[in-house]
Amino acid sequence: MIPVAEDIGSEALLRMFTTFPKTKTYFSHLDISPNSDHLRCHGKKIVQALAEGARNISTLATTLAPLSRFHAYLLRIHPTNFKLLNHCILVTLACHMGDNFTPVAHAAIDKFLSAFSAVLAEKFR
Amino acid sequence: MVQWTAEERAAIQGVFAKLDYESVGIESLTRCLVVYPWTQRYFGGFGNLYNAEAIMSNPKIAAHGIVVLQGLEKALKNMDNIKKTFTALSELHSEKLQVDPGNFQLLADCLTVVIARRMGTDFTPDIQAAWQKFISVVISALRRQYY
Repeated sequence: MIPVAEDIGSEALLRMFTTFPKTKTYFSHLDISPNSDHLRCHGKKIVQALAEGARNISTLATTLAPLSRFHAYLLRIHPTNFKLLNHCILVTLACHMGDNFTPVAHAAIDKFLSAFSAVLAEKFR
Repeated sequence: MVQWTAEERAAIQGVFAKLDYESVGIESLTRCLVVYPWTQRYFGGFGNLYNAEAIMSNPKIAAHGIVVLQGLEKALKNMDNIKKTFTALSELHSEKLQVDPGNFQLLADCLTVVIARRMGTDFTPDIQAAWQKFISVVISALRRQYY
């Protein structure tokens, strides 16, 4: 998935901003119009972080500790928003992977994204 | 009352026009039962739900998939009054079936994923947004009769 990190990441973000407009409130400092440099760059960052998590899947809490602190103390994102982005990532993958996005793959990725978000949200309180 | 723009109506009609109830219904239910296994609690009498292959070839699940999509079609045909259209269905889910309403969103999400898989890049962000708005109105109508 890494070579298309930018495409998948930016599409997932765009889907999230279009379907759940309240999520845009966290990005007033960026230009998040479709295909903007900021959107593509940010999308790439997110997918790269997910890939890093997948490579260290048994030590998610330690690997993601800096990102976790960042999301909790600096970004202070309302935790329900992680689910919205996760859903949009799944939809993006479904659009592009077609038949390869089997129910079992869907379950595994959903489980991984939930675990990832749980770690990102764990330092909130 | 929910306001629908002409574009939203067109987008939702467009999605339905491409839906093959038989295959979409069973695939959405299968994904729901596999990705969120606790939902299997509502399908005790349906036979073998052991794994994805078993669920996909289960005739009771297939039949039920069609029932679910026919319900959604009812909402589509009564888009300006989904609340009232779904009163009986809401009572059924709360009183008789006793389904935790949190699970409606899970099945809806799986249905959205199945549609995305079939439509590919035709399922644009704008069409997704309109579709999800429709689904959230349907879910809200289904939740209304829970006390």
